Amino acid sequence: MKDQGKYRPLSYFQLMEVTLRELLVEKGLLTDEQVQREVAEMTARTPERGARVVSRAWMDPSFKKDLLQDGTKACEQLGLEIPALKLVVVENTPQVHNAIVCTLCSCYPRVLLGLPPDWYKSRNYRSRMVREPRAVLAEFGLMIDEKTQIRVHDSTADMRYLVLPMRPAGTDGWSEERLAALVTRDSMIGVAVPRAPRA
Amino acid sequence: MIERSHHDMGGLPGGKVERTEHEYADWERRVDAMSWLMRAHGITVDERRRHIEQLPPDDYERMTYYERWIVSLAQAALQRGLITSEELARKMVEVESRGSR
Amino acid sequence: MVPARFKAGDRVRVLKAYPIGHLRTPYYIRGHVGEIERLCGAFPNPEELAQMRDGLPALPLYRVRFRQREVWPDYQGSPSDVVEVEIFQHWLDAA
Repeated sequence: MKDQGKYRPLSYFQLMEVTLRELLVEKGLLTDEQVQREVAEMTARTPERGARVVSRAWMDPSFKKDLLQDGTKACEQLGLEIPALKLVVVENTPQVHNAIVCTLCSCYPRVLLGLPPDWYKSRNYRSRMVREPRAVLAEFGLMIDEKTQIRVHDSTADMRYLVLPMRPAGTDGWSEERLAALVTRDSMIGVAVPRAPRA
Repeated sequence: MIERSHHDMGGLPGGKVERTEHEYADWERRVDAMSWLMRAHGITVDERRRHIEQLPPDDYERMTYYERWIVSLAQAALQRGLITSEELARKMVEVESRGSR
Repeated sequence: MVPARFKAGDRVRVLKAYPIGHLRTPYYIRGHVGEIERLCGAFPNPEELAQMRDGLPALPLYRVRFRQREVWPDYQGSPSDVVEVEIFQHWLDAA
C-alpha cells in the first residue's frame, strides 16, 4: 500500500526499522546506498527468472538433465546471478507431483522467484502441507490423481527447491519466451500447474 | 511446551490456507535487505532464526513476518555488541519525535 | 568436513530426541525411518551457527525420503506418497 501523503505514525516495528538502520549507518556498518541497492536488486527478482529456467529445460533436454543433477550449476551456466543459492530442482511427471514447503520458517528460492507469498509462510500451509498435501492442493484447485505419487519437500536446511512442472500440451514449436509466459510462480512451488495455451 | 518449539509446526492441525498476498512495503524490503547485508558483520540467518524462535508464542503469532525479522535482527545486533539497548532507546525516542513516516 | 557415513538408498532412522536449541530436524520426523535420497554436500552445523559459533567442521547433509503412511498413522492419500526432508548426519543412525 503506497503512502498517500498523509502523516501516519510509525508502528513500533517500523520505528525499530528506522532506528536500527540509522544506528547501523552511523556506526559505519551499512550505508543507505547499500540498503537501497539491495532493495532494488531484490525487487528486480521476479518469478520470471524461475520461468526462464523452466522453459529452457522444456526446450533443451541436455540442460534439463544438468538442472536435475545440479540445479545451482545449471542456473549459473544460464548466466543467472544466484548469490548463495543451493538449488534442487524436482521434476513433475505423469507419475510424480512435487510440492515445496518450509515447515520451520519460510525457506524459498528467492533469487529465482522473488519474495514468497504470505500464504507460503502461514501457519496453515506450513503445518498441513507435510501431513495432508492432497487436501491442501485441492484447496488450491489442484486435484492430483490417486495413482500419482505426491512428493512433499520440506526445505529444512541449506537447499532451496524449484518444481519443474510438466510442459503443457499444445505447445509444440513454441519459442522459449512464449513457453516461459505459461510458467506461474505457483507452478514452481507445486500448488498449481502452468497456464494452458489459449485455444 | 519446551520439547517442541512453537515454530516447529509441521503436521499440527490447521485451518484452510488463506491465500493472502500483499505487496511488500518499503520498510519490509529494507528489513530483508539489512538482514542480508548484516551477514558481512557476522549475523547469520541461523542466529536470526533462533531469535525468532525464542519469541514468546503469542508474539510469534501476533507479529507479521517482517515484524519478527526486524526484532530478531535487532536482537542479534544487540547480542553481538554492535548496538546497545541504550543506543536503541535514545534513537527510538529521537526518531519518534521527528514524526517520520 | 566430517566424512559421509551414508549413501543414496541407505535406510536410516532419525534420532528420537528432543533437545533444546535451534534445530533444523523437524519434530514430526524424529524417530522415523526413511531412505537416503541423496547426499547434498557438507555444510556448517546450523545448531552451532545459531549460537554464534562457526559450526565447523562441516557436516554431511542428506535428503531423506519417508513414506507418508509410515510418518502419519491416519494419512489420507496414496500409499506411494512421500515427504522428503533435509537432515544432518548427526541426527541419523543406520536402520
